[in-house]
Amino acid sequence: MNRKNTFLLSTPYGLWMLGFTIIPLLMILYYGLTGQNGGFTLENIGLIATEENLRALWLSIRLSLISTLLCLVIAYPLAMILRNTKFRNSRFMVMLFIMPMWMNSLLRIIAWQNILERKGVLNTFLELLHLPTLNIINSPAAIVLGMVYDFLPFMILPLYNTLVKIDENVINAAHDLGANNFYTFTKIIFPLSIPGVISGITMVFVPSLTTFVISDILGGSKVLLIGNIIEQQFQKLNNWHSGSGLSLVLMIFVLISMALVGKYDKGEGSASVW
Amino acid sequence: MKKKNLSSKYLHPLGLALAASLALGSTATLSGCGGGDDDEIPFTLEAAGNYKAGDNGEVYVYNWGEYIDERVIDVFEKDTGIKVYYNYFEENEDMYPIVATGAAKYDVVCPSDYMIQKMIGEDLLLPLDFDNIPNIVNIDPEYLKSAENFDPGNLYSVPYCWGTVGILYNKTMVEEPIDSWGVLFDEKYSQEILMINSVRDAFMITLTYLGYSQNTTNEAELDEALALLQKQYPLVQGYFVDQVRDKMIGGEAAIGVIYSGEAIYTQRENEDLVYVVPKEGSNVWIDGWVVPKTAQNKENAEAWINFCCRADVALANFNYITYSTPNKAARALITDDDIRNSEIAFPDSEILNRCETFRYLGEEAEAMYLNKWNQRGNK
Repeated sequence: MNRKNTFLLSTPYGLWMLGFTIIPLLMILYYGLTGQNGGFTLENIGLIATEENLRALWLSIRLSLISTLLCLVIAYPLAMILRNTKFRNSRFMVMLFIMPMWMNSLLRIIAWQNILERKGVLNTFLELLHLPTLNIINSPAAIVLGMVYDFLPFMILPLYNTLVKIDENVINAAHDLGANNFYTFTKIIFPLSIPGVISGITMVFVPSLTTFVISDILGGSKVLLIGNIIEQQFQKLNNWHSGSGLSLVLMIFVLISMALVGKYDKGEGSASVW
Repeated sequence: MKKKNLSSKYLHPLGLALAASLALGSTATLSGCGGGDDDEIPFTLEAAGNYKAGDNGEVYVYNWGEYIDERVIDVFEKDTGIKVYYNYFEENEDMYPIVATGAAKYDVVCPSDYMIQKMIGEDLLLPLDFDNIPNIVNIDPEYLKSAENFDPGNLYSVPYCWGTVGILYNKTMVEEPIDSWGVLFDEKYSQEILMINSVRDAFMITLTYLGYSQNTTNEAELDEALALLQKQYPLVQGYFVDQVRDKMIGGEAAIGVIYSGEAIYTQRENEDLVYVVPKEGSNVWIDGWVVPKTAQNKENAEAWINFCCRADVALANFNYITYSTPNKAARALITDDDIRNSEIAFPDSEILNRCETFRYLGEEAEAMYLNKWNQRGNK
């Protein structure tokens, strides 16, 4: 009877997975491996080998690595501080960091565009103070800034969630046994927070790797990421086959990166975001 | 063609303010803002009011975003009793799969020249019954002749808007009057150039500058054009479509590539801006109404087209969207001499003779253009 109940309860989720994950994935696989005439081909996947597409892929990987690292460097100390705050309302403080997510991410990226423009908010302000102006709009630096800003909450949340669950007694025990703060951190706290780190890295790296909107708005189409190339195949050429083929290549890179990070994930599964 | 690139979908500053206020949960600004915007543009059209919308069936219209004064829809409904279901698309390429697969059955659609040619070629359109479109006499025969480039015999389409592609420059930021595409490749203006983010238009500029046809499929010519784009890559701020308008108004750059219909608007906002169609030539485009094969209400669609050809309706639309109208009767009704004789809205035939229209080049050539376009940053 129990088994029957479990089966019934999981049906909605199963249907959801089938309709919105498995079938679309199979469709991408089908489109990616067939040509316009319907026959099997590896041509769509081979498209990645052109100089401009490889360049876009390599740039995407580099920029996502940089922004993931920056997110980690910013978020970890922050999550530690939040954990150690004796403040009863530290949950509220976490919320403050998540609040930007209440607003549409596109809007926030457009806001950044207005801030960073040559005669934008930031430079007008800098000129007022007779300081040198900042000219990073339409460059990779602006895209990294946009990625870090947009995806930072995805790093903070899992980190905070794992850190806050570490039993205070474990840390006290370490201190009692003579470990100093540094040693406690490297031997106790950090290893215990690995699931959160892994989950944070995945949550930031994957969307950074696949984004095309941030690069489009903050890069002025001067910086092409692999996401932009894929988007063009669908939008400009109306060619679902080449677009799907390139998406498959990108998925392989996502899988590889997740496998690499997953190797270090020995905990009882990654911490969930929410 | 009111082409919009991806980012423009998100990028209208008004839209930004609107969305921001929405995000803060104040829906009141929404209606306030929309109303205020419309009030600035006079609208004198009045409906005869013989019918109620829906008395005489319905019509499904598919048009570019912000490509009509929506107040005329109301007039149409009251004059004809035909209920209008109006929908927008962003790009020809967005519209095409929807109409081609019959995913939605639109009765009347407004694609651009090359897309009309492609759709005629794929047998997706119905020939129009011009007995139902007597107002066609308002359309200047010159534009009907241009339209024959993509619709021989004018069987399938009726021109709605048209324009050129040219250079918009800020006369306080350049040293000499500009009359050539050459400035877009001039190192003197490094970081002062806004290039167009549209594959065909970008190649049109380089090909025309090099003296080739903008409809070439000759790979050697395209490679030469690509080399020029690569040389230009470090000089440009970026590649944009609709944002050029706001950036030029705000003085972000000295030189930008823009569609003529946007130029009039920019000059209203910043009088230092000058629009020019370069001496080497350019592209002239026409968007026209067509009726897809899947249409369910062909006669109502023709009534719609006929209505859009009415002089007063075309004038109302021109005032609102500022894209050139091929409607000569409407042009005669323009009271502002500066606009009626504007070189931008109505360039003389000497300028138009320098211009070509795009032709649809086939899937293979389109893919070749896009691949080359993506190589512009390769050096």
